[in-house]
Amino acid sequence: MYQTTNTRIIVPEFDVRQPTSLEAVLRELEHNAKGTRLLAGGTDLLVQIKLERTQPARLIDITRVPELMGMAVKDGMLIVGAATSIRTLANGVGVRERYTALAESCDAFSTVPVMIMGTIGGNLCNASPAADTAPALFAFDGAVELASCEGSRRTVPLDEFFVGPGRTVMREDEVMVAVRLPKTAAGTGSAFVKIGRVAADISKVSAAVKLVRKDDRVSECRIAVGAVAATPMRAYTAEQYLAGRRIDAKTLADAARAVEEDVKPITDVRSTKEYRTHVAGVAVKDALGAAWQRARGGERQ
Amino acid sequence: MREKAIVFEVNERQHCTTIPSHRTLLEVLRALGYVDVKCGCEKGDCGACAVLVDGEAIDSCLTLAWTVEGRAITTVAGLGNSNNPHPLQAAFARNGAIQCGFCTPGVIIASESLLRKTPNPSDDEIRFALSGNLCRCTGYTKIFEAVREMVLTRSGGVLR
Ligand SMILES: Cc1cc2nc3c(=O)[nH]c(=O)nc-3n(C[C@H](O)[C@H](O)[C@H](O)COP(=O)(O)OP(=O)(O)OC[C@H]3O[C@@H](n4cnc5c(N)ncnc54)[C@H](O)[C@@H]3O)c2cc1C
Ligand code: FES
Ligand code: FES
Repeated sequence: MYQTTNTRIIVPEFDVRQPTSLEAVLRELEHNAKGTRLLAGGTDLLVQIKLERTQPARLIDITRVPELMGMAVKDGMLIVGAATSIRTLANGVGVRERYTALAESCDAFSTVPVMIMGTIGGNLCNASPAADTAPALFAFDGAVELASCEGSRRTVPLDEFFVGPGRTVMREDEVMVAVRLPKTAAGTGSAFVKIGRVAADISKVSAAVKLVRKDDRVSECRIAVGAVAATPMRAYTAEQYLAGRRIDAKTLADAARAVEEDVKPITDVRSTKEYRTHVAGVAVKDALGAAWQRARGGERQ
Repeated sequence: MREKAIVFEVNERQHCTTIPSHRTLLEVLRALGYVDVKCGCEKGDCGACAVLVDGEAIDSCLTLAWTVEGRAITTVAGLGNSNNPHPLQAAFARNGAIQCGFCTPGVIIASESLLRKTPNPSDDEIRFALSGNLCRCTGYTKIFEAVREMVLTRSGGVLR
């Protein structure tokens, strides 16, 4: 992904803005959307500017906008401001207990400074197929809230948000305001598994599972995998197969095989197509096993 | 605005300066004479450029300088110097955790950021906190031991 070109100098200067309200951000986008980029933690954008993959004419720092920061629970739904840092999210009250896979996907970020600087909104808007928080948000049936300058707001299910590598359904005049996660049911268990070269690296393959365990069967299950297609994706075949079944060695093996058939990975600097296909199944299997165990803990409460 | 006049603090000293929009915090700090902040990979991989911003470790190479308006920055020299070393700096020297020393400023900043939030970290927490810092010399063991010793001394010898 990172070619070794000169990373040192950011060549062109750009216009900069540091608004302190969402309204001000939207006004900035209205005036001149062309060439304008929002800057959150900068951990993706700065690298891209340095590698001359993008040359913004204007940068809007959104890290001083209170409406985009922090977390709240509303009608049982967890709402996470788009500019909330990965670390703040991981340590959020109740996040680890109720949205375990999401907390684990934050823990899987390569380095502490990147967790402190990087934001959930940046991770999603950058739309890397390997974005670590995406599979967990798919598994929890997350949605994103977008606002635009004409005052319109829309909520897009994460399933429909990604279009391709680096591409989403967001328009240039839109800003992501928040990520919304529905309440988790009793008996829910979840897990995230990341396979990288070393722990501190971008994923070769990642998988997140959320399931509800009822009468010792899977009553509901969502599985998502990352870095194995043009966008993070759901593993529908495995989900359907597991519904109503018990998790044991055979169903785990069958689910893994179903995942292998659904994924469409490529070969790149980090891994090969064949390896990713096989390991996607293994990662889902591990995540399923952990989620199943945790779900039992949930039922006892 | 292609430049921005900002006020920020470095090692408890106030700076008012006009910064071109494309300059990173790393470049600006070094230009202001804070050359204890090291320039390594310049893309977030090595941690040599780490500084504390309001007490938390960030990579200054991935931070545009104008965004730190109003913030307090601490570089490793702001923690202590050779006459009056910070306990972490002393622990690093005692444990042989410094060879060429290029990674040391970033490693000490990462350690300090951890200890401010988690005064009594587990071994895994120490390892994780240092995972964003590359060292070509020490093999990490001595660095880890220095931080661990510091934790031990602070907690009166009780290790989690
Ligand atoms: C050393 C290093 C290690 C990394 N490791 C990982 C890893 O392990 N896992 C992983 O998933 N990622 C990793 N990343 C990538 C990156 O850190 C994450 O994707 C991070 O979450 C990006 O967030 P940010 O706030 O820094 O985004 P920025 O760089 O600020 O923004 C990214 C993109 O999103 C847009 N954007 C940001 N916020 C909004 C918003 N609210 N509305 C609309 N558009 C917005 C920006 O315009 C830009 O196009 C790593 C990066 C580096 C440099
Ligand atoms: S120089 Fe900033 S992380 Fe390497
Ligand atoms: S001591 Fe030389 S790089 Fe760490």
